[in-house]
Amino acid sequence: MRLLEATALQIKQKILSKQIRASELIGQVFNRIKTVDPTIQSFLSLNEDNALKVAKEIDRKIENNEKVGLLAGIPVAIKDNLCTKGLSTTCASQILKNFVPPYDAFVVKRLKEEDAIIIGKTNLDEFAMGSSTENSSYQITRNPWNVACVPGGSSGGSAAAVAANITPMSLGSDTGGSVRQPAALCGIVGVKPTYGRVSRYGLIAFGSSLDQVGTMTKDVMDATLLLQVIAGKDPKDSTSVQEPVPDYLQGIENNINGLRIGIPKEYFTEGMHTDVHKALKDALCIYEKLGAKIIEVSLPHTEYAVAVYYIVANAEASSNLSRYDGVRYGFRSTNAKGVIDMYCRTRAKGFGNEVKRRIMLGNYALSSGYYDAYYLKASRVRNLIKKDFDATFERVDCIVGPTSPVPAFKIGERASNPLEMYLSDIYTIPANLAGIPGISIPCGFSKDGLPVGLQILARHFDEKKMLHVAYAFERETDYHLKRAVV
Amino acid sequence: MKYEVVVGLETHTELATVTKLFCGCSTKFGADPNTQVCPVCLGMPGVLPVMNKKAFDYAMKSAAVLNCKIDIFTNFDRKSYYYPDLPKNYQISQNYHNLGVDGYMDIVVNGSVKRVRIHNVHLEEEAGKLIHPETPGADYSLVDFNRAGVPLLEIVSYPDMRNVDEVDSYMQTLRKILLYTEVSDCKMQEGSLRFEASISLREKGVETLGNRVEIKNLNSMKSVIKAIEYEAIRQAELLDRGETIDRETRLWDEINEKSARMRSKEEAQDYRYFPEPDLLPVRIDDLWLSTIKASIPELPFARKQRFVEVFKLSEYDANLLIEDKVLADYFEDCVRALNRPKILCNWITNDLLREVKDRKLDINHLKINAVQLASLVEIVEKGTINNATAKEVFAEMIQTGKDPQKIVEEKGLIQISDEGMIGSVIDKVISGNPGVIDDYKKGKKNALAFLVGQVMKETKGKANPKMVNELLKEKLGV
Repeated sequence: MRLLEATALQIKQKILSKQIRASELIGQVFNRIKTVDPTIQSFLSLNEDNALKVAKEIDRKIENNEKVGLLAGIPVAIKDNLCTKGLSTTCASQILKNFVPPYDAFVVKRLKEEDAIIIGKTNLDEFAMGSSTENSSYQITRNPWNVACVPGGSSGGSAAAVAANITPMSLGSDTGGSVRQPAALCGIVGVKPTYGRVSRYGLIAFGSSLDQVGTMTKDVMDATLLLQVIAGKDPKDSTSVQEPVPDYLQGIENNINGLRIGIPKEYFTEGMHTDVHKALKDALCIYEKLGAKIIEVSLPHTEYAVAVYYIVANAEASSNLSRYDGVRYGFRSTNAKGVIDMYCRTRAKGFGNEVKRRIMLGNYALSSGYYDAYYLKASRVRNLIKKDFDATFERVDCIVGPTSPVPAFKIGERASNPLEMYLSDIYTIPANLAGIPGISIPCGFSKDGLPVGLQILARHFDEKKMLHVAYAFERETDYHLKRAVV
Repeated sequence: MKYEVVVGLETHTELATVTKLFCGCSTKFGADPNTQVCPVCLGMPGVLPVMNKKAFDYAMKSAAVLNCKIDIFTNFDRKSYYYPDLPKNYQISQNYHNLGVDGYMDIVVNGSVKRVRIHNVHLEEEAGKLIHPETPGADYSLVDFNRAGVPLLEIVSYPDMRNVDEVDSYMQTLRKILLYTEVSDCKMQEGSLRFEASISLREKGVETLGNRVEIKNLNSMKSVIKAIEYEAIRQAELLDRGETIDRETRLWDEINEKSARMRSKEEAQDYRYFPEPDLLPVRIDDLWLSTIKASIPELPFARKQRFVEVFKLSEYDANLLIEDKVLADYFEDCVRALNRPKILCNWITNDLLREVKDRKLDINHLKINAVQLASLVEIVEKGTINNATAKEVFAEMIQTGKDPQKIVEEKGLIQISDEGMIGSVIDKVISGNPGVIDDYKKGKKNALAFLVGQVMKETKGKANPKMVNELLKEKLGV
């Protein structure tokens, strides 16, 4: 196997045993980027010089047998809505075109502390609003399994960079499925942790009560490693939680005999692709074979999840994005007549159509006279959705279903129909509304050879169980070992 | 006037915390523009607010002192509006769950107590400040974000005030209470205390409220009063002509002493309030609340009563002392050192306050401390120096900060109470002023005062005046 097809743990092993130097590895990474990224277009900006400098420093430490971090020498790509000190952070928007943050996001700081190497910033749907990465104002990222297809979104750049064997790991963000759905469509592992498990400091806000930073890796073990690094309380994020971070690796190899897996009947809607359906059924057979009990459960408010999500997320987004006004940083329209005109021109030019659509929807839902009917009602239904999960988790240990109703779709196929696009996240959105953790792992391929993802949901702060259940499946299958050919 | 004026006030006061409400930046007034800022208070992408607990404590203390109900659950909300001095274009404030509701404050107007109800007290963040260039025709404005994020307390009264005397008393009382509870420095000139008034008129005897007009840009208490007087007349004239009052917001023009429409009700902004997802709701337990309540000091009105009852001061003097908490504290420190409240009060309200005024200094910055003032009074009481000398010593103390005993010793100001010594000076004065003695004997009473004065002059003011009087009378055979 070629080096860049390896997992982070395998690469780390090679670096620590001095089979390869971090600087050599990083050289290969940037060569790979130069070869494949003109096609895949996963990166918005690169951190080449700095990455090489950091790699050399790690080489020096290893040479001198100094202590190194958990991610020593591992290349990591960062979604471009996570702030990186001194490195441009655009959210794939024109409005932040020249924005260079003077601070690191908490997760970026943690990566650096553990000696990871930041290689660059990846493409996304503008402000993470989308499910295909087609809403980027800079470029369209392609799916490494079929370059005519989307990689999913909004963390499409991060997913594609891992699937295209550029980097073993990347960070994304997940507001309604933006880590799990592209992970599924690109045949990799994507984790959305419990809301509050990972600090949001430095993650440019979309829907503040839904956003979580997530991991994108080639397998569950790598996800475990990366989550272990980024999880934990951050005093700079009031919504991050004190709850101790368990050792995710401990017991991960245990068998799952007697595990109760819930299958929500509401997830079997007519929108589900037959290939996805088949992969799911096969996956359940494997779990049964491993000794798990498959139990049909009901999450009765599932049908409202998408509607609730598009009210809550857009309401929060309309407020979060109001700071992009041209006054202090980012793009400012020139030739404006007065401050109101400056706001209008700046925002009209700086934001793309999808972002504008969501700002308008969000503002509408919060407007006086509509607040009760939309935002407040949505918040109440959101509570019912949470309660559905609470009740179900009394009976089962985890909930399993498809991540996305369909495999990767063609570029442009859904771009003109926002409503159809919104349904891409039908299975992932409920976890964000409830704040529970979710993971997507490879569970098969469609007839066209496109990856299919399996989603596992667990109780609040029970990432450990979730990873355990995911690893049990992964150990029995080889979908995660397949590599896209670019 | 056939109308009754109905006034409610909204008060904004900056809380006296060292750091801002949601970040660690300094709140110090007067720094160079944009030197007390960070990514959080500049509203940069991806940053998050973290609540300053001290600010919340101060807000709770204010709500408690204004007799508000304090819910165990409060929350922050986002209030959205676009303005260049508002970094996020929303202000973190409170709307759906205010910190304190349904309170009241008692005020005294013309000797009688009136209760003004408080609608709510809530905590929010301050905005920055626009700086408009003075060059005419300049096509830009600048923003200073030093103030952005300073904790701001909003206190909303019910429309319970009926005339400017009540409004004046409300403002004065509220200011005093905030100063006493030490939650704000209440410096109006620095903007840390601001008022907005809403005014409506109704015919006397009518229950329902008329349409209210809000007045902004009131930079002093004087402006508040003038603006209300102006607005009452403006509305009365409109009503007299049979016109209706528009619900609107008006801006006070301090220079021309009139107001002008800023926006009508139709133009009122939709703030699109919703719960701030970046902050957790605040749960207030009994222990927290009782700790806060226990930290509330004696309030001005109660203190005045105590001064009158315990120290037997006049209402007038007690009022003078409690006007400023620092002054009242100084007085009590003096009394603790020497139990002569009445005399100490006189020294403070006459001599000390005059110095404060003349030097434009805070009482704490005067060189004479409470213990020193008490010992000055003490040596007068003991007869070591007389009153006239004491004034001289006081002046020296103000200049140098030296102890009074030391000044008396250094300058040899100890009072002469030696009968023989005073007697011989008297003899000298009597023999030197035969004419005056004659006058005195003819019955001119003020001749005696002249003679006393001469004796004092001879002794450089050090003679015990009581003894001089007695001995003189004796020698003159009265």
